[in-house]
Amino acid sequence: MALAFDEYGRPFIIIREQDKKSRLRGLDAQKANITAGKAVARILRTSLGPKGMDKMLQSPDGDVTITNDGATILEQMDVDNQIAKLMVELSRSQDYEIGDGTTGVVVLAGALLEQAEKLLERGIHPVRIAEGYEMASRIAVEHLEHIAQKFEYSASNIEPLVQTCMTTLSSKIVSRCKRTIAEIAVKAVLAVADLERKDVNLDLIKVEGKVGGKLEDTELIYGILVDKDMSHPQMPKRIEDAKIAILTCPFEPPKPKTKHKVDIDTVEKFQTLRHQEQKYFNDMVQKCKDVGATLVICQWGFDDEANHLLMHHNLPAVRWVGGVELELIAIATGGRIVPRFQELTPEKLGKAGIVREKSFGTTKDRMLYIEQCANSRAVTIFIRGGNKMMIEETKRSLHDALCVARNLIRNNFIVYGGGSAEISCSIAVESGADGYPGVEQYAIRSFAEALDSIPMALAENSGLQPIETLSAVKSQHIKEKTPFCGIDCNDVGTNNMQEQFVFETLIGKRQQILLATQVVKMILKIDDVISPSDY
Amino acid sequence: MAVERLLKDEATEEKGERARMASFIGAVAIADLVKTTLGPKGMDKILQSTGRGRSVTVTNDGATILKSLHIDNPAAKVLVDISKVQDDEVGDGTTSVVVLAGELLREAEKLTNANVHPMTIIAGYRMAAECARNALLQKVLDNKEDPEKFKSDLMNIARTTLSSKILSQDKEHFAKLAVEAVFRLKGSTNLEAIQIIKKAGGSLVDSFLDEGFILDKKIGIGQPKRIENAKILVANTAMDTDKVKIYGARVRVDSMAKVAEIETAEKEKMREKVQKIIAHGINCFINRQLIYNFPEELFADAGILSIEHADFEGIERLALVTGGEIASTFDNPESVKLGHCKLIEEIMIGEDRLIKFSEVEMGQACTVVLRGASQHVLDEAERSLHDALCVLSQTVNDTRVLLGGGWPEMVMAKEVDDLARKTPGKRSLAVEAFSRSLQAIPTIIADNAGLDSAELISQLRAEHHKQKSNAGIDVISGSVGDMEKLGISESFKVKQAVLRSATEAAEMILRVDQIITCAPRRREDRM
Repeated sequence: MALAFDEYGRPFIIIREQDKKSRLRGLDAQKANITAGKAVARILRTSLGPKGMDKMLQSPDGDVTITNDGATILEQMDVDNQIAKLMVELSRSQDYEIGDGTTGVVVLAGALLEQAEKLLERGIHPVRIAEGYEMASRIAVEHLEHIAQKFEYSASNIEPLVQTCMTTLSSKIVSRCKRTIAEIAVKAVLAVADLERKDVNLDLIKVEGKVGGKLEDTELIYGILVDKDMSHPQMPKRIEDAKIAILTCPFEPPKPKTKHKVDIDTVEKFQTLRHQEQKYFNDMVQKCKDVGATLVICQWGFDDEANHLLMHHNLPAVRWVGGVELELIAIATGGRIVPRFQELTPEKLGKAGIVREKSFGTTKDRMLYIEQCANSRAVTIFIRGGNKMMIEETKRSLHDALCVARNLIRNNFIVYGGGSAEISCSIAVESGADGYPGVEQYAIRSFAEALDSIPMALAENSGLQPIETLSAVKSQHIKEKTPFCGIDCNDVGTNNMQEQFVFETLIGKRQQILLATQVVKMILKIDDVISPSDY
Repeated sequence: MAVERLLKDEATEEKGERARMASFIGAVAIADLVKTTLGPKGMDKILQSTGRGRSVTVTNDGATILKSLHIDNPAAKVLVDISKVQDDEVGDGTTSVVVLAGELLREAEKLTNANVHPMTIIAGYRMAAECARNALLQKVLDNKEDPEKFKSDLMNIARTTLSSKILSQDKEHFAKLAVEAVFRLKGSTNLEAIQIIKKAGGSLVDSFLDEGFILDKKIGIGQPKRIENAKILVANTAMDTDKVKIYGARVRVDSMAKVAEIETAEKEKMREKVQKIIAHGINCFINRQLIYNFPEELFADAGILSIEHADFEGIERLALVTGGEIASTFDNPESVKLGHCKLIEEIMIGEDRLIKFSEVEMGQACTVVLRGASQHVLDEAERSLHDALCVLSQTVNDTRVLLGGGWPEMVMAKEVDDLARKTPGKRSLAVEAFSRSLQAIPTIIADNAGLDSAELISQLRAEHHKQKSNAGIDVISGSVGDMEKLGISESFKVKQAVLRSATEAAEMILRVDQIITCAPRRREDRM
């Protein structure tokens, strides 16, 4: 580390424990950052596209995750490098905002960094590069909006939505039955969507998984699935036209929050207390019964006596239901969550057409189905699969598909996939570059090249000749003036994405370009890295 | 400058070919480990636990072996996982599924070495698996309509399943036992109604099926040892001091006399409770929790048989089989459903006294009492019987059956081979590889039996090219035989699950091109 010395030769200490910190400055810092960013992108590059490969990740506790989802890979990788962490953030924010395209955004950022490195070597100032990228991204986004197409669908015609979800799913391990899963995702989203406000609350879709069966058995339940069984083994397993009391108070004697003691010093007191206790249980059950409930769902446990009384009064009950599930049940059945027995009224009960218990396999797993709810706005997707990893991966894929469907409902513009949008933008940016005087022009051109890297990676992963394929498609774009040509990853025979029904959402693509540009700009502007050196 | 370090210390990363190799090696090693247990002449493994006591398990059950291993290789973990799932879902075929997945990966390794892209292999495997499944569906036998034949099917399946286990010597006996037990269930897959009790002593042949229910508990002292037409109250209630449940209550007295008073009150309370219970008109009382001496005495006085500390499962089963409900309050005797059975008596098995409930209300329940020379034999016998029961109960639901002895594998292999010839492109290589993997299973069965596998398999293949062949490997005589005549059958559901899970697992491992292992979490050294 460079040190400044005073006239007596003593060093000035500026940072505390300066000699213990490592410091990188200037071009070295930028180069190091770029290398790190590129390394992250390189890991994800092979996962892009329908023929992308998976990564196997072993967590610190030894659990194995197999996935192809960019955000998940990066999150579980446990990276140490600061810049790499930025890339992880990047993929995460794409995941939060859009839910899909998490791999693509990192690959794009990696490509942008790679181009920036070349420009830096030519001696162009990083800030100028950053500005050039900014301009280029603006051109690209404008062009995207230009080529985007409005996309018609309605509650009765869900085919286009299904097609789009299928594009997302085709890169995942579930591609074998992407059609089924895409349909499930679309139906689930439509069930909870508010088409007027164009809003979808994904919290209303619960995704539940259970090992066993096959992927094709995955089903959409218009209702709620709770991984619990009836509190008493002999309660009825099937309730029709259930009126549900949703309680957050335990079936136990009350425990006042203030500290108190009940002293027993005479036999009479002992007996009154006993009667009081029995009365408590009777009252509780009676209250539930009085309001006409036919099913009790409780967040807490039951005392043995209360449990038997419930059974006795033919009032099936479920205990230890989690808070989130309780809320979902309340939404679905139109009931209110009741915190005290005293406040139980008939209006606060939820209604469901049918509640049934179902068991699986040879083990004693049972689950509770609550179906035909009063308010069918909450749905559950129940995933079956060969093993735990498969189910986890399906959950992630399904989440992506759900997000895509939601995005389409929010904004029904689409662009074509298979790299066609990137190629089209690249051409637009390339031609737009000439209009800018100054050094930025170089940066804009580099941006165009970086955009090319996505179709290039797609082609590589599909086992095609990357350069040959890309240049062929590019010339087709210019000659035929169609923005629909992409990489024919599945070897179908045509590279017209319109015919292959490969769609992506406009907002997803736009977000990818904007986010990647932002992060790259940020990385480029760093010229000093101070970190504690290894101890 | 050097490439920046991306991951934390001690984390490792393997890429591309190396990653693939690591997972292939791991998976194949696991498959090889359990390979020798496959088939009627498969060998057992001894597992010694690292825990206290170094307890030893002798087993032949794939799932049990794999469950007890501590594995570090991530790909191997995938295989362990599928075997576990197979165990949960269908209960049998846990070894086959791992061996098949291992063989699929072994073939895939050869193909990747020949520069076939993993995705192409996966596409081929998917096609082949679909085709194999259809081939099985066409050849499947279904004797649902004919109860006689169906029963013999079940017997065959039970015998086939048991023949590879420790029970193979007495498979006839146990097959009958298992089939009878499953028939009592009348189509439900709820194996809870079948209770298995293990008692060391005697020999395996002495094991028997008992209709009714046996509880491994003792009858209270001074109470009747035999009750006819029993009315049973199954309860879950405190029969020690019924403590006050209201929060914060405590007893505070200032003189000895008061203590005595409270004590009497307590006693009175218990007496009242017992009276209430007796008022149900019962002659047998079974409680999940302890029964103290005082109430026990009261019960004895009333001539009621009381059983304390029956565990949770015991209680639930008892309630299920006797048709009673589990009670915790006793104020309304008229509305509590009591359980019934014809006879309760104490019986002796070996040295132990048990309580037997015969002719219970629900005829589904039954108990299998296993006898055997040692605890290890009994444990293994229980596992084997569990496998057989699982398979049978699944078969009762899905009545389709197949022949055994490598017959289904050869049928599938033939169809898949045909498909390979029709498929253009590199995928056909993978389809061919799939057929080879399928044939590996009969090969291993033959090898394990010490037979000339190459000779046998080629004969078998030739047989299968004739129309409607029933040929399979007859391990006992060491030749190709007619499986239908030999009565070797397997359940379609099991075979299908094996095929599907193995393909899925192989696909999953093949798709991986990078393994990132995080730094192991540091644990505080307690040593």
